Amino acid sequence: MLHEYRGHQVDTNAEGFLTDANEWSPDVAEAIAEEAGIQLTPEHWKVITFCREDAAREGQPPGLRRISKLSGVDTKALYRLFPKGPGKLASKIAGLPKPQGCI
Amino acid sequence: MKHLVILGAGTAGTIVANKVAHQTDADWTITVVDPADTHLYQPGLLFLPFGARDEDRMLRPRAATLHRRVVWRREAFQLVDRDARQVVLASGERLPYDLLVVATGSEIRPSETAGLLGPEWRKSIHDFYTLEGAQALRERLATFDRGRLVLDVVEMPIKCPVAPLEFLFLADEFFTKKGVRDQVELVLATPLDGAFTKPVCNTVLSYLIDQKGIRIEPEFNAGEVDADGHVLKSYDDREIPYDLLVTIPTHFGADAISASGLGNDTGFVPTHPRSLRTKADDHIFALGDATDLKSSKAGSVAHFQADVLADNLERAARGDSLDDGFDGHANCFIETGFGRALLIDFNYDVEPLPGKFPLPGIGPMDLLKESRINHAGKLAFRWIYWNALLPARHLPVSSQMSMRGKVRPQAA
Repeated sequence: MLHEYRGHQVDTNAEGFLTDANEWSPDVAEAIAEEAGIQLTPEHWKVITFCREDAAREGQPPGLRRISKLSGVDTKALYRLFPKGPGKLASKIAGLPKPQGCI
Repeated sequence: MKHLVILGAGTAGTIVANKVAHQTDADWTITVVDPADTHLYQPGLLFLPFGARDEDRMLRPRAATLHRRVVWRREAFQLVDRDARQVVLASGERLPYDLLVVATGSEIRPSETAGLLGPEWRKSIHDFYTLEGAQALRERLATFDRGRLVLDVVEMPIKCPVAPLEFLFLADEFFTKKGVRDQVELVLATPLDGAFTKPVCNTVLSYLIDQKGIRIEPEFNAGEVDADGHVLKSYDDREIPYDLLVTIPTHFGADAISASGLGNDTGFVPTHPRSLRTKADDHIFALGDATDLKSSKAGSVAHFQADVLADNLERAARGDSLDDGFDGHANCFIETGFGRALLIDFNYDVEPLPGKFPLPGIGPMDLLKESRINHAGKLAFRWIYWNALLPARHLPVSSQMSMRGKVRPQAA
């Protein structure tokens, strides 16, 4: 379905995750974050940038362990920045798919 | 002469070894390296905690599972010396290879979560991903008649991602038959955002969670366990008190693979998703649980990968381009308790969908729907595993997923 974020038309699934990471832009990120009640700070951006770069390299979004180990932001801080579910929320704001099981 | 060395003789390594043995002539040598002298049928582990005592049918001597052309080195290895193209065995002996397959699987690391290992390990804290763990849990469950059983998935990825749910469905049946179901609370603590994360599964299968009375604690990332106080704690300070904790600990790939520069931060091998060649080295391939791929860590996946990989090894040996033939295909039974099971069939791009399998409209298996015949299929699978899957005999299931027989529901 189409979703408009600050004038940008992007394709999302029913849960609001972008279906094409290429339609992502910093503006879109700000808008997704806002919907989740988050004002993006430089610390958030450090995580989002890491997630996008890592996903482009690895072909899948990083899990919590990988983010906390490689982004320089530890797990406690990740929960502070992205309350409740940092793996899921950071992925969403970064325009990546959500972490999934097989069913 | 081509020297193929396969590290690990679990499901993945064994199928590849046997398949290549069928497909190649005597100008190939095939060597597998594995220190364990028995092969364990891992799907059987799920049933042990609930009273099954068929370990004798879950274990076979390694030698009986390998084609006569396959040479088995009953030894661990320390390192892959990629520059020399040699595997350094535990003894220090060097095994040269032209092509190498990493099939070292994954293992649980309870030491990664503070509080899991200690005096309460295998007393009030259990696992069922090892033979010893499943057996210890069987003894515990035999006398567990009241209280809160919490099943915690510490982090993804795990082997057999449906096993946590299957365990809880079977626990519901187990305690019901014991007559104590109303005294036992079943809780699933998961780092994912629900029991089901894919839209169609969520729509079609959510009733199971209500029907079986399972409480879900979503987006729960276990930070530590207070083993004395019997409390599971998350990184965001949520606490779940338990009487019995069944943990599915963090999974890691093999240490010797990481030491060889072939593993990522948890030791899984970065691998090209469709050709199964490793990203680090053109002479090295990987499959099964050892890879970093998003395909499920499951035996069916290893089997479908082995089909593609065996061909790609021959292509690589001839210097031909590789077949990008692996599509992420998985095909798994899911026990739902009381003699029923689901069947799922999916790949990288298509989520599990309802329908009939393997024959469109006929089945006899039902996709994404509970049935007795699916349960019969799950039980029959052990025979197929030993007698057809491991020996790499032809099975009437395509490596690539087919959309035939599948129906995409309107709502999803």
